Amino acid sequence: MLMEFLPLLIILLLAVFIGVFVVVLGSTFGPKRPGQRKNSPYESGMVPYGPAKRRISVRYYLIAVLFILFDIEVVFLVPWAVVVRQIGVPGLVFMIIFVLILEVAHLYAWKKGALEWD
Amino acid sequence: MIDAALIWEWIIKSLILIIFLTVGFMYVTVYERRFLARIQSRIGPNRAGPFGLLQPAADGLKLIFKEELIPANADKFIFLLAPIITVIPALIVLAVIPWGEAMVIFGRQVNLFISDVNVAVVYIMAVTSISVYGITLAGWSSNNKYALLGGLRATAQMISYELALGLAFMGPVVLAGSLSMVDIVRAQQSSLWYVVLQPAAFLIYFFASIAEINRAPFDMPEAEQELTAGYHAEYSGMKFALFFMAEYIKMIAISTIGATLFFGGFDGPFVDQIPWLGPIYLLAKVVIYLGVLIWVRASWPRIRYDRLMQLGWKIMFPLALLNVIITAVVVVLVN
Repeated sequence: MLMEFLPLLIILLLAVFIGVFVVVLGSTFGPKRPGQRKNSPYESGMVPYGPAKRRISVRYYLIAVLFILFDIEVVFLVPWAVVVRQIGVPGLVFMIIFVLILEVAHLYAWKKGALEWD
Repeated sequence: MIDAALIWEWIIKSLILIIFLTVGFMYVTVYERRFLARIQSRIGPNRAGPFGLLQPAADGLKLIFKEELIPANADKFIFLLAPIITVIPALIVLAVIPWGEAMVIFGRQVNLFISDVNVAVVYIMAVTSISVYGITLAGWSSNNKYALLGGLRATAQMISYELALGLAFMGPVVLAGSLSMVDIVRAQQSSLWYVVLQPAAFLIYFFASIAEINRAPFDMPEAEQELTAGYHAEYSGMKFALFFMAEYIKMIAISTIGATLFFGGFDGPFVDQIPWLGPIYLLAKVVIYLGVLIWVRASWPRIRYDRLMQLGWKIMFPLALLNVIITAVVVVLVN
């Protein structure tokens, strides 16, 4: 059963090799003449000021939290989608109830303004 | 059960896929530049080799000999790791796609897929979401404000559209009753292509996948005019080439997945009699799909970031959910 995943492991190892190989290739052949000006972060030609790692807007955090909630919903839909033919009407009704409950959460987040960006 | 010949078969097939993707990446860049140039009444790169066909080789050679900068105060290890993490999922995601019927090559029955796992759709969803990490880490480790903003935007955008994308996969899965890509292609051979049966799922897949790979018109994370290049602003040389490679290979990947889920994959006339036609049909569908992606980039302006997020959360996600439920209701009632 798990044998099907062995070829995926092989291609994963090959892909890792390619990625590392390309990085090594670039750092082997390129010239290395670093300087203070050259190494400073690019800020459209201005002298950079302040740290780059600033506080970030809470919106991004909200989106990430909402994503986890609804991605789990998608994950629950996956096995159900495969067997929906076999389980018939009861399975369908249960899933519609489940989706409706989560849709209440979605509408709540929507009305609370968690999906707005201004 | 597992003998040396089988392992060699896997290694050779993996190598063929990876070489196909790297060469494909080179020629997708030429395809895009030439096609875009024609749409804009220009000629495009035509000096290196006949019709500019050696242009990617020239670009690659140039990038190998370029100096690579690591900005001061950057997190060096993560900075080096990020392009590798970005390129790996792009290279391995197509391992579950069938290219054609089983063939006899050198007296050996060879299946034209690397692995027919029974959770192929979940594998695709899982692997594509890994590439978010590469982009986030690239933006974070660069010690650059543009890169950080680009990385944040890319992360928020990609995770938002992942929902719609995952739900768009569910339409074909409900119809085929299987998560295996081979079974989904077989189901389309015995009925219609799923673009006919699932037009809403296809449209959602089409736009959500463009957003997922940060391409125009959803390329806010790398908007040149305001973020200079987004998360890869500080990358140069071959490390930049890896991001570029990942982006174009992801284009090939979403075209192939789209062609397999909605356009019958390797299915086409006479494919059951002449198995060699399978990979050719798949390739033709991928090339047409890529052409449409380039056409979309040439035709539509970039959409504003707040509208982009609202499109994902308020329109695409509910529509995709509705599509899955309606499909399931119809399937159960017809049964």
